[in-house]
Amino acid sequence: MIRVLLPAHLKMLARVQGEVELDLEGPVTARTVLDALEARYPMLRGTIREHGTSRRRAYVRYFACNEDLSHESPDLPLPDAVLAGTEPFMVVGAMSGG
Amino acid sequence: MSGVRVLVGTRKGAFILTADGGRDDWRVEGPLFGGWEMYHLKGSPADPNRIYASQSTSWFGQLIQRSDDGGASWQPVGNEFAYEGDPGTHQWYDGTPHPWEFARVWHLEPSHADPDVVYAGVEDAALFRSADGGKSWQEVAGLRAQDSVHAWQPGAGGLCLHTILLDPTDPDRIRIAISAAGVFGTDDGGASWRPMNKGLRSEGLPDPEAEVGHCVHHVAMHPSRPATLFMQKHWDVMRSDDAGETWREVSGNLPSDFGFVIDVDSNDPDTIFVVPIKSDSEHYPPDGALRVFRSRSGGEEWEPLTKGLPQRDCYVNVLRDAMALDAMDPCGVYFGTTGGAVYVSPDGGDSWSAIVHDLPAVLSVEVQTLP
Repeated sequence: MIRVLLPAHLKMLARVQGEVELDLEGPVTARTVLDALEARYPMLRGTIREHGTSRRRAYVRYFACNEDLSHESPDLPLPDAVLAGTEPFMVVGAMSGG
Repeated sequence: MSGVRVLVGTRKGAFILTADGGRDDWRVEGPLFGGWEMYHLKGSPADPNRIYASQSTSWFGQLIQRSDDGGASWQPVGNEFAYEGDPGTHQWYDGTPHPWEFARVWHLEPSHADPDVVYAGVEDAALFRSADGGKSWQEVAGLRAQDSVHAWQPGAGGLCLHTILLDPTDPDRIRIAISAAGVFGTDDGGASWRPMNKGLRSEGLPDPEAEVGHCVHHVAMHPSRPATLFMQKHWDVMRSDDAGETWREVSGNLPSDFGFVIDVDSNDPDTIFVVPIKSDSEHYPPDGALRVFRSRSGGEEWEPLTKGLPQRDCYVNVLRDAMALDAMDPCGVYFGTTGGAVYVSPDGGDSWSAIVHDLPAVLSVEVQTLP
C-alpha cells in the first residue's frame, strides 16, 4: 500500500481527507503512483503533471523520506520506505507559487 | 423578475452575491474555491442554473468548474486545452518569436441557445469550444490559422483572448478581442477569421494604424443591436456600427480615455458606461476619485457618476471583465475593484453603494437576472 500526501488545494479538489492510499501492481515509481492517483481521481489530471507531456508542473515538487525527488526520473523506483508504506510520497506546492 | 445573482471572481476565490429586485439587501456567499484565482464565472443565458467558472493557480494550473444548480454545488469538468497541431510562435515583448504556451482561461462565454455549448478565451491567445458542458474542449483553429498570428504580441497581462461576443441573431457571427492583437471576427461559425481593426490608432506601434497589434481592453455589445460595438482600447473609447468592420473614436469629454471596462445599458443600446483610469502606467482613477462615466448618446458626451463612490484617496483599478449590467428596469450596474469592493447602482448609475468592501482583488463581475 502506497501512501500519497496531497497539498490542501488538491485534497479539496479530489474531496479527500488525510492521505490517499493506493495499491499498485508492478513497479512503484513517481509515474505509476501518479497514474494510479489520477485514475482514481480524474479531476487531478493536469494539476500535478501537464496534459500531453506528463511533465511535472513547474510549481509542484515531489518529496519522500526527507528527500526532494522532483528532478529524479519519474521511472526510478521510489524509496523502500514508500514501497513499504512507512513513509508517504508527498506532492507539494512550491512555496514560491502563491 | 425576482432578483439578481452577481458572480464575482477574485484573486483568491469566488463569491456569489444575491438580492431581490430592490438590489439593496444582499446575501454574500463565499469564498468558493478559496485560494484559487477565479478569472471568470458566467451563467448560461439558456439555463441560469448552469454556471461555468475558470479556476487556476500557478501551482496547479487550470480547472473548469461547472454548477447545474445556480452555484449551490460545483463539479470540476474538463481542463485539457490542447492547441490544434503545432502551436507555432507569436511575438514576445521584444519582437522575437516565442512559442505558444497555454497559461489560463480568461473568459468563458456560454451560448445563447444551448447550456452545454460554451466558449473559452485563453492565454496564450486562442478560442476553445465545448459542446458537452465543459467536459472536453476543442480549439476553434481557424482563428490562429490567419497569417497575422505571428505578429500578435502580449499586453502587460499576457497574450490573452479576453472578450467573446456571440451575436444572438446570427450564431455564425462571433467577435473576439485579444491583448495586444486587436479584434477578430468570423461570419461563418469560426471556420475563417479576419482582423477587424480599421480605424484603431495606437501610438505604441511602429505603424499606429497597423492591421493587428492593438491593445483592445474590452468590447461590449447590446443584444438588440449586435452590429453596434463599443470598445475600451488601451487608450481611446471606440465605436463600430458595422459589426467591427470600421471603428471611430467616441472618447469625447472623458477626463482620460484609458481604461479597461465598457458596458451597455440593457434597456438602452445607446447608454454606455466606462471607468476612466489615469494612464497605462498609473492604473488608478484620475485625481484619486472613482468615477463611472455614462454616455446616453453612444459616446462623445459623457457625464460623471459619483454619488456613493469614493471621491478622494482612491487608487484602485477596475479590470476589463469587472463590470456587468442586469436586465431590470432601471438597469442595475455592477463593478468590482482591485481593492476588493463590489459596487452596485440599482438606478442605472445615478447612485452607488458597496455590496462588499474587502474581498480579494476583483478580477471579474457578471450578473444574472433571475426570473
